[in-house]
Amino acid sequence: MPETKPETQPGTKPETKPGTARNGKAPGKAARAAKPARAAAGEAAAPAPAAVPGPLAVLKTYKLYLGGAFPRSESGRTYAVTDHTGRWLANAPLASRKDARDAVVAARRAFPRWSGATAYLRGQILYRIAEMLQSRGEQFAAEVAAAEGVTTEEAARLVAATIDRWVWYAGWTDKITQIGGGANPVAGPYFNLSTPEPTGVVAVLAPRDSALLGLVSVLAPVLATGNTAVLVTSHPRPLPALTLAEVLATSDLPAGVVNILSGDPAELGPPLAAHQDVNALDLTGAAPDEARDLEVAAAHTLKRLHRPDPDEDWQAAPGLARLRSFLETKTVWHPKGI
Amino acid sequence: MPDTATFPGPGASNAAWRAFLHGLPGVDAVGLQERAARLGTRSIKESAKGFAIDTAISMIDLTTLEGADTPGRVRALCAKAAGPEPTDRSVPRAAAVCVYPDLVGTAVEALRGTGVAVASVATAFPSGRAPLEAKLVDTRAAVAAGAAEIDMVIDRGAFLAGDYLAVFEEIAAIREACGDAHLKVILETGELVTYDNIRRACWLAMLAGADFVKTSTGKVAVNATPANTLLLLLAVRDFLAATGRQVGVKAAGGIRTSKDAVKYLVLVNETVGPAWLTPRWFRLGASSLLNDLLMQRHKLRTGSYSGPDYVTVD
Repeated sequence: MPETKPETQPGTKPETKPGTARNGKAPGKAARAAKPARAAAGEAAAPAPAAVPGPLAVLKTYKLYLGGAFPRSESGRTYAVTDHTGRWLANAPLASRKDARDAVVAARRAFPRWSGATAYLRGQILYRIAEMLQSRGEQFAAEVAAAEGVTTEEAARLVAATIDRWVWYAGWTDKITQIGGGANPVAGPYFNLSTPEPTGVVAVLAPRDSALLGLVSVLAPVLATGNTAVLVTSHPRPLPALTLAEVLATSDLPAGVVNILSGDPAELGPPLAAHQDVNALDLTGAAPDEARDLEVAAAHTLKRLHRPDPDEDWQAAPGLARLRSFLETKTVWHPKGI
Repeated sequence: MPDTATFPGPGASNAAWRAFLHGLPGVDAVGLQERAARLGTRSIKESAKGFAIDTAISMIDLTTLEGADTPGRVRALCAKAAGPEPTDRSVPRAAAVCVYPDLVGTAVEALRGTGVAVASVATAFPSGRAPLEAKLVDTRAAVAAGAAEIDMVIDRGAFLAGDYLAVFEEIAAIREACGDAHLKVILETGELVTYDNIRRACWLAMLAGADFVKTSTGKVAVNATPANTLLLLLAVRDFLAATGRQVGVKAAGGIRTSKDAVKYLVLVNETVGPAWLTPRWFRLGASSLLNDLLMQRHKLRTGSYSGPDYVTVD
């Protein structure tokens, strides 16, 4: 275990006693026990006003999202996530190669059902994700503000843009076929029709900087076109992604369609790029010096590849490039009647 | 361990069988399961894993026992058993191909000269509910068609009703009908209810002349488990010590991943030792397991994970 909890956890409230931070019951019991004692003592004793413990913050255990479940990393590793100033926020699981392998298995298992679902249903589910995201907007805004170091107002704006992005892609599910395919003119007595179909399992390295808007901007187009995803979060800013998993889990999205791994893209990228059961790779979050090796590994199995634009502006209109990146074109020749 | 002198012979009465089988030591169910689970936690990595995967491949009875089996499907399976990985001749061949009696001829023809044996289920597989004459005809037909191994099912109804003599005589009769072919006796452990019954059925089969004892048909809810396989291994070990005759074990049904297969090999090695760690004495009855073993083998050799697109669909 190369990375462990820091010795001190600045995130814990100073008034909580050591060892009780994760256990809300202990202080509660103490408080209940203390009440009758104070009443019996009456006013004569006039004890010093005991510090009344406020509601204890239950520290959240962030976990991976694999096949619709929330497991810890198979390796048992975690790493400390800090905010932009270096203050400890939480421990996130540090996913291993085996977690990536399990995620691919889950994504492959989910693929027939998700790619076979009607475009209309996929759109409804993506829209529902936006609804669920909106109802937890404040939580996401707080996490984005902590992760990216932006003001609360700016974070709220980013969350609103994220919701817009989901809705925008939700609308594309039943339109991309018309844009990406069509009837082709051919010299012969045939109808010739091309339709785009989902590629399969897409491994996505999420952008390192934009923890929520960037994440959704790379994930939503993969889902909208009927692919399933194995997503590696931003290494320094994984928390909004791990919270997004809770939204996905309650949005009718079938288990395994999205699998979210927090960890080091330098560790998880190579096994995913070389994995024979991964059909496409989005290199957005890869470090520039690693991207080339990942491309070479991906070429061995003829994966589709999305090369990132280094200056991609997540707030600008996304266009169709990402929707088109993970599609296969099926062309059918059909004889015309004489 | 039972004393050799007390074994009921072929002429023994049902009461004598009952006295003997119920005199076998009882099975500590919790202890058995814990032991099997503990052995399943052994970490087998790198070169040991490579050895285990190749050993497991060489022990597979590649099985297709469906109502929809066609000669074409059997031929495809035979090709796969003879050369599991067409692009890599270092992959060992499977031990046998296991089919229904009417397809034995097809399999024998497809496997001629490959060294892969043809096994056939017989005796009204999987239920075993047929008159003895029908079972004997079934068996003789399979042997005549060229099956080198016969997988018979015991009459669980008679066994559970306590008619041990009938079960014994049936196995002995089939043994005779097999001639030179190896006889594997399927105990169908999932229907025997208790571990004590599994131990009794195993001893009954071994005394009746089984060359192999096999856990299950693969057609019921509970098939091979590490615990019931461990129990069979303990029984064949005791039987060898008591009689000097070695009996093989076949775990069948529900073994789908390499990890599971390696666990069974650990059970064999730790219980009965390397003497059983060959295809002659231990088999894995499976169909989808082979693909997973091939994918794991690929991972071990190249370092990258394989996928189902790179192995045959049965």
